[in-house]
Amino acid sequence: MAEMNNKVNLAVKVAGVDFKNPLIAASGTFGFGEEYNELYDVGLLGGISSKGLTLHPKDGNEGIRVWETASGMMNSVGLQNPGVEAFIDHGIAQMRRFGNVLIANMGGHSMEDYITGASMLSGADIDMLELNISCPNVKSGGMAFGIKADVAKEVVGEVRKVCAKPLIVKLSPNAENIVDMALACEEAGADALSLVNTFQAMAIDIHKRKPVFNNVYAGLSGAAIKPIALRMVHSVCKKVQVPVVGIGGIYTAEDVVEFIMAGAAAVQIGTVNFNNPVVGREILENLVQLCQKEGIADLNEIRGIC
Amino acid sequence: MLEVERRGAEAAAGQYYMLKSWETELTLMRPISIFKAETDALHFMYRTVGQGTQRMARLKAGDPIRLLGPCGNGYPCAEIKGKVAVLGGGVGIPPLCETAKTLKNNGVEVDAYLGFRDVLFAVEDFEPYCANIFVSTEKGEEGYKGFVTDLLKPENYDVVLTCGPEVMMRKVASMCAEKGTTSYCSLEHRMACGIGACLGCSIRTKNGMKRVCKDGPVFLSTDLLWD
Repeated sequence: MAEMNNKVNLAVKVAGVDFKNPLIAASGTFGFGEEYNELYDVGLLGGISSKGLTLHPKDGNEGIRVWETASGMMNSVGLQNPGVEAFIDHGIAQMRRFGNVLIANMGGHSMEDYITGASMLSGADIDMLELNISCPNVKSGGMAFGIKADVAKEVVGEVRKVCAKPLIVKLSPNAENIVDMALACEEAGADALSLVNTFQAMAIDIHKRKPVFNNVYAGLSGAAIKPIALRMVHSVCKKVQVPVVGIGGIYTAEDVVEFIMAGAAAVQIGTVNFNNPVVGREILENLVQLCQKEGIADLNEIRGIC
Repeated sequence: MLEVERRGAEAAAGQYYMLKSWETELTLMRPISIFKAETDALHFMYRTVGQGTQRMARLKAGDPIRLLGPCGNGYPCAEIKGKVAVLGGGVGIPPLCETAKTLKNNGVEVDAYLGFRDVLFAVEDFEPYCANIFVSTEKGEEGYKGFVTDLLKPENYDVVLTCGPEVMMRKVASMCAEKGTTSYCSLEHRMACGIGACLGCSIRTKNGMKRVCKDGPVFLSTDLLWD
């Protein structure tokens, strides 16, 4: 395997940060890496995006939080997390043990929270900050930042001022216009964009005659959203200069190649980790073989060719 | 019932596995508790309710299945002494069989209280490990007519271990608290990852937010907040 590996270069660069391969564990599906590291060496992944942080600790949402759907799932976890300070004190050292790119993912409820949290994380030992302006599961504004381009531009601009680390902005597919949103975030100083977060969706328990989720709407992810996510990544990549990290229903090495052909610099895997907890390792192994079979020596050869 | 070849893992009473007999046709694995752990096989007893268990029910001998586990924390059998009642309702009954076996092997005297809707199952599996077995059905088709909790006298036991519908476990917890008997509940919850990463099964407890999949599924009843 080591010999085969030598023939394919999976290394990618995103906003000046070197990844040994394009596979990143998506925020919210992977905790801080510790649990999955008991099953395989998660340091094999190019990077890990932390559980979504907020300035202050959060208990998350009440009621049902996960719900399986056709070719996917919905979640309404509501950003349960220990807060930025606890992450800086404990989480970072834990994630550093893995030796790959450490991305801190952070969401917020208000401009002040975003700025304070980003400024604290900027001074901490992280490699990149992924700004979540798109969580559909948090009331009181979390979502609003991800819907309107002018609102997003303002928050990204303010965070940019206090953030010395490479800044990824994670976009919502629920944005009014995903390309306008991407351009606004780029203009406001994002070093990279990641897309897409979950699609706002709904399920109803017909026996109880009530919505499944206490918040009524929840976020849809998984294979069901992949073709739409791919289209959004493709259309954004055609318009922006900054690198794009593709997210949305990526389950296989073939999916990874599709997103890179659509223009993505790297990709994130989320929901599929629940289907197969060691899938990260398997996708990497398959990616090497797939590249060999397809005559791809370096992922840069195929990036954005579609 | 599902019998799976056992490959080494130390599985404790009250723990569970994440199972799937599909690739990605369904997204999530299904948490199913250990009914019996034998030297060379693990037995899972489940009720066919949704798409996942329907697929499992269609398996034929020799078909492959993927397992992740054993997951979570089971009943603290090693710490339990004296006289114990295991009380299960419906699909909560199977994990108590391996529990009764472990306790009996540890020299603990075990009584089983098994509540069924109408048709009995698994009762004979408890027989080798239990001094007494009490059964109930809702309409009295077999055994006591009514709820199995009606039969329990917590003051006769040092510890009560329960698994089943929340309303039943809640009743057991409050009956035990009243008599000063220690009790443990095994909670059921929708799960995605099964290993404590996604926080899809978090519950609020007296000790803060806990993950049913990783910190549980077994909790000391007095740590639980039922509302």
